[in-house]
Amino acid sequence: MKTVSLHDAVALIPDGATLMVGGFCAVGTPERLMDELVRQGKRNLTVITNDPGLPGVGVGKLVTAGLLRKVIVSHIGMNPETQQQMLAGKLEVELVPQGTLIERIRSGGFGLGGILTPTGLGTLAEKDKRKIEVNGKEYLLETALRADFALVHAFVADYIGNLTYVLTARNFNPVIAMAADTVIVTADHVVPVGVIAPDQVATPAPIVDYIVACA
Amino acid sequence: MDAQTIIARRIAQELRSGMLVNLGIGIPTLVANYVPADVHVFFQSENGLIGTGPVPEPGMALPLLTDAGGRPVTALPGASAFDSALSFGLIRGGHIDMAILGGLQVDERGLLANWLIPGKMVPGMGGAMDLVTGAKRVVIAMQHTAKGKPKIVRECALPLTSARPVDLVVTELAVIAFSNGRATLIETAPGVSVKDVLAQTEAKLAVPDQVPTMNL
Repeated sequence: MKTVSLHDAVALIPDGATLMVGGFCAVGTPERLMDELVRQGKRNLTVITNDPGLPGVGVGKLVTAGLLRKVIVSHIGMNPETQQQMLAGKLEVELVPQGTLIERIRSGGFGLGGILTPTGLGTLAEKDKRKIEVNGKEYLLETALRADFALVHAFVADYIGNLTYVLTARNFNPVIAMAADTVIVTADHVVPVGVIAPDQVATPAPIVDYIVACA
Repeated sequence: MDAQTIIARRIAQELRSGMLVNLGIGIPTLVANYVPADVHVFFQSENGLIGTGPVPEPGMALPLLTDAGGRPVTALPGASAFDSALSFGLIRGGHIDMAILGGLQVDERGLLANWLIPGKMVPGMGGAMDLVTGAKRVVIAMQHTAKGKPKIVRECALPLTSARPVDLVVTELAVIAFSNGRATLIETAPGVSVKDVLAQTEAKLAVPDQVPTMNL
């Protein structure tokens, strides 16, 4: 794990990269990383995240700035700009049921090819997907997702990269941390090693590549 | 009593102590206001919380503690927080006793459409498909008609949310139960006749000899 400046962390991300971003309605989204992606004017990004936040908030900052080529999300209802860009053909939107999205990400991080879920059977969500019967029950095969970078927001990080999360700011964060080649973390608090007790660690230090220095 | 209050009050009567309940956005959120005093239920918020409490006092909102719509909430004693994989494990895994959701259309077999109006409204399914597929009991809170058109229809014109039928629909006019592919009118709202309900329902409803009035 390395500590980096906000500028240097985002400079690692090339145009065209695939990012997983934590947060749910922008709660638990690494806002400083969103701001810096906009400032550095990254282009053509694909973002995998629960939802694109609100206009100008969370991942919505990237939508407003037109940095995205594609989003893979469960919900865009809180961000009308996403729908406008989708209908105008500027942004590709792949809608995935929320429980399926998080399991596809978990599969990517846990070494699985995908999962079998009953969710989406008999709906538009089953289009082009394989159906597999197990013990007489039908399931959809949903394949694993991985990303080049996971942009994670934690509540507390210690100096070597152990992370904890709190309340509803946890959401996708610990799961995406497992599913990307490079994991970049911002935290509300960065503390000495030992402050986080072993049983409280939600993301173990070796998973984390970069902690962004506090401003 | 307005339509939303009738629906929320009637659905609150379905709650039993110890249940784990997920409330969708819109009318379902109001159900929490009418939980009987002697009934203790756990509300789950799919963004990662069991024990969701009321809106915080002014000045006490915590940005890291919100409902699934991003609005500040409180956490009641005994609450727990978890990531989205566990949250949807609860939902898909059959651990939610009751999901209370909004609806656009329900057909006479109980199949629900509530996530997409093609070309008009594309919010995405969020957690709705998982909730309808995985919850033990699914209750729909919705107005009986939209712009004068029945919402309880022969067959949904809008895209379905799940292949699993819902169990109960509560509107400001009626309570309708679904089982074995059949819709049965089981209650009418005060001052509403069976004839009124049938006139505003497209789906074929089975009507027992006696249809009690909702006790609100």
